[in-house]
Amino acid sequence: MDTAYLIQQLINGLTLGAVYALVAIGYTMVYGIIGMINFAHGEVYMVGAFLSLIGIIVMGLIGVTWVPLALLIVLILAMAITALYGWAIERIAYRPLRGSFRLAPLISAIGVSIFLQNYVQLAQGARPKPIAPVIRGGFELLTSEGGFAVTLSYLQIFIVVLTIALMIGFTYLITQTPLGRAQRACEQDRTMASLIGVDVDRTIAMTFVMGAALAAVAGMMVTLYYGVIDFYIGFLAGVKAFTAAVLGGIGSLPGAVLGGLLIGLIEALWSAYFSVEYKDVAVFAILVLVLIFRPSGLLGRPEIEKV
Amino acid sequence: MSRPLLTVEHLTMRFGGLTAINDVSFEAQAGHITAVIGPNGAGKTTVFNCLTGFYKPTVGRLTLTRPGSDQSFLLERLDDFRITKTAGVARTFQNIRLFTGMSVLENLMVAQHNRLMRASGYSLLGLAGWPSFRKAEAEAVEKARFWLNRTGLIARADEPAGSLPYGDQRRLEIARAMCTDPALLCLDEPAAGLNPRESAELNALLLMIRNDYGVGLLLIEHDMSVVMEISDHIVVLDYGRKIAEGTPAQIKANPDVIRAYLGEDDEAEGAVA
Repeated sequence: MDTAYLIQQLINGLTLGAVYALVAIGYTMVYGIIGMINFAHGEVYMVGAFLSLIGIIVMGLIGVTWVPLALLIVLILAMAITALYGWAIERIAYRPLRGSFRLAPLISAIGVSIFLQNYVQLAQGARPKPIAPVIRGGFELLTSEGGFAVTLSYLQIFIVVLTIALMIGFTYLITQTPLGRAQRACEQDRTMASLIGVDVDRTIAMTFVMGAALAAVAGMMVTLYYGVIDFYIGFLAGVKAFTAAVLGGIGSLPGAVLGGLLIGLIEALWSAYFSVEYKDVAVFAILVLVLIFRPSGLLGRPEIEKV
Repeated sequence: MSRPLLTVEHLTMRFGGLTAINDVSFEAQAGHITAVIGPNGAGKTTVFNCLTGFYKPTVGRLTLTRPGSDQSFLLERLDDFRITKTAGVARTFQNIRLFTGMSVLENLMVAQHNRLMRASGYSLLGLAGWPSFRKAEAEAVEKARFWLNRTGLIARADEPAGSLPYGDQRRLEIARAMCTDPALLCLDEPAAGLNPRESAELNALLLMIRNDYGVGLLLIEHDMSVVMEISDHIVVLDYGRKIAEGTPAQIKANPDVIRAYLGEDDEAEGAVA
């Protein structure tokens, strides 16, 4: 096992981690603002992946062959439509239950999750959908004496750069814009936020919209990266992103990003040095350990009782 | 004479068998400080909760007319956030409710949410650094700084609101309420827990808000030195009923009020009054 191999795994892990981070943000934001785990979020990501797949195929059919333009159009459409899904889910399945007991929205979320899986299975078929690689090629960074070549594909660069750009925009949105301020205010005291004139319902809806849009980007990345998707990918990716959010500290945005990257790295390194079959076991073992020993996560604040 | 800022008509609020407020009517004028006083449990905070949409009154009508316009709002029919957004009612709490994790300045910025949302195209243009958003944001900061100056908090603008001392938090809550551009400002025991010096500063602040902004203030207060000194009009509640109404001088001399505060005038107690 030489350094070149390790570097390659780190590159792969970071790419995967970027995808998890984007999904994890959706979990952590929704938890932050209404204190519920949106278990349908993985399925939202899956819907985003399917929309991207369809979009890419349609772009090919209508003859948009310049890849950056095609991807940009697909990205915007996938984000917009998935955001609509996010909005509708909140409106139909969660908002009516907001005043209800704590478990009600959770059960509703599981219902939405099952619904979306079956809906996509019915609409798109149960068989995995392949797609031809859209972004090909890459750099060969270095070759070790053993003949192992470290490659950094253009696709990996695309994924990481897009993730970083989204993170910057997103951080700006949360810290500097009125919407972000309103979200943070609602996170702390929803009643008070409405008393200073903030439309709390709309702010919560926007949180779902933003989370879903980011999940759509992750879905598109995965479609491009693995080249094959099916109606069931949302479950595993969703639980892993949830693990990432918990690891980073649920409710904390930087935590979600950190957690996502760590989970991606752990998964890649575990597959490389131990066994591919048990990579999911490694990830979920971390979920268990974090929940036992550090429930507030790496960057989360400990739960403080409101007086 | 123009219509009063706030008209409360036959307000009744029942919780099951308990009647917290029973047929209370009063008015509050713009540019006046109207105090609502009464012994503990008289229903003062319940009146506020009805005004700000926490409770929907069992019976009664709450009409707010913004000065300078003929537009009236029936507060009991508005969604909670519209009471602040469109009707212009702001409120502070007995137990302070700041956004403790946000900075002092941000607390005042979030209070100007609706104007900034419009200027920033619901944050989409804001994301692109649109000029109109930058301008609105600068104005909002300016306004926030103005109120921080007025409340003496300017040096602490970037600290988390939760780290301020108690008296500062009270003033910040008032500053935040003022940043929503209210027509009516409801203050629930603003002087509670303040020392005499802070309480004198508070009086000055409230008088300034009344005189310079023409805002109507509705004040729940136990501290009679505050009430008698700054109120233009006093409404006295006892067991959910209005027992008296008038100027501070009239209220001081009103036997019903004295009885409500000091107990029935049957034995030795009466002599104390």
